[in-house]
Amino acid sequence: MRAFLNIAALILWMVSQVQLVSARQLTVAPNGPVSSVKEGIALASSGDTLVLKEGHYDEYDITVDKPLTIIGEGQVVIDGNRKGFVLVITADDVTVKNIEVRHASTSFMEDYAGILVENTNNTVIENVTLTDNFFGIYLAKSSNALIKDNHITASGGRETSSGNGIHLWYSKDIDIQGNYVEGHRDGLYFEFVEGATISGNVSEHNIRYGIHFMYSDNCRYEGNTFRDNGGGVAVMYTQNVEIINNRFEDNWGSSAYGMLLKEINRSQIEGNEFVNNSVGLYIEATSRNSIKKNSFRQNGWAIKLMANSTDNRFTENNFIANSFEISTNSRQNYNAFDNNYWSQYEGYDLDKDGIGDVPHRPVRLFSIIVEKHPPSLLLLRSLLIDILDAAEKFMPVLTPETLIDSQPKMTKIL
Amino acid sequence: MKTLTILKYQWKDLFRGKWIIGYGLIYLLVADAMIRFGGTGPKAMLSIANVMLLLIPLVGMIYGALYLYQSREFTELLLAQPLNRRTLFWGLFGGVAMPLALAFSLGVGLPMLYSGIIATSPIVSVLLVLVLGNVLTLLFTGLGFWLALAFFNDRIKGLGFALVSWLFLAILYDGLVLLTIVTFGDYPIEKPMLALALINPIDLARITVLLNFDVSALMGYTGAVFSRFFGSMLGMSVAAGCLMIWLGLPLWRSVQLFKKKDF
Repeated sequence: MRAFLNIAALILWMVSQVQLVSARQLTVAPNGPVSSVKEGIALASSGDTLVLKEGHYDEYDITVDKPLTIIGEGQVVIDGNRKGFVLVITADDVTVKNIEVRHASTSFMEDYAGILVENTNNTVIENVTLTDNFFGIYLAKSSNALIKDNHITASGGRETSSGNGIHLWYSKDIDIQGNYVEGHRDGLYFEFVEGATISGNVSEHNIRYGIHFMYSDNCRYEGNTFRDNGGGVAVMYTQNVEIINNRFEDNWGSSAYGMLLKEINRSQIEGNEFVNNSVGLYIEATSRNSIKKNSFRQNGWAIKLMANSTDNRFTENNFIANSFEISTNSRQNYNAFDNNYWSQYEGYDLDKDGIGDVPHRPVRLFSIIVEKHPPSLLLLRSLLIDILDAAEKFMPVLTPETLIDSQPKMTKIL
Repeated sequence: MKTLTILKYQWKDLFRGKWIIGYGLIYLLVADAMIRFGGTGPKAMLSIANVMLLLIPLVGMIYGALYLYQSREFTELLLAQPLNRRTLFWGLFGGVAMPLALAFSLGVGLPMLYSGIIATSPIVSVLLVLVLGNVLTLLFTGLGFWLALAFFNDRIKGLGFALVSWLFLAILYDGLVLLTIVTFGDYPIEKPMLALALINPIDLARITVLLNFDVSALMGYTGAVFSRFFGSMLGMSVAAGCLMIWLGLPLWRSVQLFKKKDF
């Protein structure tokens, strides 16, 4: 008896070892023995792979509470039918791949999401299509997640009836790559996030901001495109952000900014393209940043620089064919401009060193008039305005005297 | 038919004067320089549009008036022939306005062609510059004719009025608009402002240019009236309609004056 128990114990131990070494693979199919995702998760044990076969699953509030890999094969659709969350991930090490998640519920009270990730580590969400959810992917208090190549679209009409595409709250070390977000309230939303990398995403036609970014230090976003969003992009209350090689384009409207910076300190803004926005870059209460090698093309205002911003350094930027290059709200200026290329520069370069011999004044008198009396915008490009501008340039009375580029480049910076 | 014959003589006369060729050359030089130094972007087109807004009204008005004064004897000679006055008027007008329009179109069009800007920049802005230039030429030559006919016996007065009208429409008018805006800035003045802008043909043309090149700035304006006006086709069509009225009015008055005039 004792020997038998010993052997049984040994066998049990071996079985458990085998399970640890090679995880099982479970198959869920609409007309198979296991026909629902919830059932599949209940049957699976930690570390298993759940393969969803092609088909339509009408389920909501699916809780993934153990480390699983969930992979779709073919056209897998999980449809929440607007009854609640669709997928809720509460365990560490969960991977979700190749599925489509639809119709999370809409609510004014609860932030229903297509995929909710809460209190977890090492979550991977890859190649998932999220269609018409309130919130798309919602991460709260999670770390080390990878969110990659997802396609997130919604057609929410108003700000109140629509959630954010990718929403991060109190999370750390998140990698967000190559996603496409469209039609949400904010394409990407970051609040209290640390050390996130956001690269190669496209966020367009969102109702409010392409990316809404607050209290999120030490993040980096690179190579993203933000296009035609209601308010453009807002980056606020943050230190040490790297904003590199992004494109901000076609954000039109009275409060639409290619990018709005508010209380941003010690950050790098480099190599970005601001094209065809009402305001390319709006800067308020922002200090000690380096704004370098960016291109501002065909914007209404390339930069609106509020006077409470100090010690920012603008170098080697291209300002090409903007209606206004820089406007500000004070005669004081505590920022430095040098070695930029200004297409409105009218000086000369006699010593042929590539740098104009007379300083450039990027703030026109007219931009101050427009700031005070908006309807006068109608007089843009009038001969009278050009004459007034020229007079002001010779003898600055109203424009900030120190806001000048004393070393304007003669040719475009490549 | 007779109009065409008169036109033909006018053309010959104009080109013998070389003046018109110089006028075309100015545009050729300006456009070439703008494209050469401004690059192929929208900046070159915008600069050409700016020059056009400045030069065409001035030249059109002065030259229109001047030509009518100069060809007084020719006109009187023709009036002795069995000719309808209306026919004669259109012959004279076409004989001045069309060469001016042609000089502009060639002067601006050729550099665009050989620099290849016509292929690289959006076709709308190319068309806008060309069509607007031609409409402005016809419009201001018409205005010049009107002034010349109104003061047919007093050249100094006629030319003086032409010059002052240009100065008024191009610069002073905008000054008045600016003054109005500054004075009544606290009131809802958007609609009156739009109306004011539509009254002046140079402003009209300028706003049409803005609608094409500076929409992103115009959309940055906070008022709903402006953004609705500028954001839709409504703005373009209203501006185009008003320009057409401006084109018709001086010509219609001129024909009236010309028919009744005792030479």
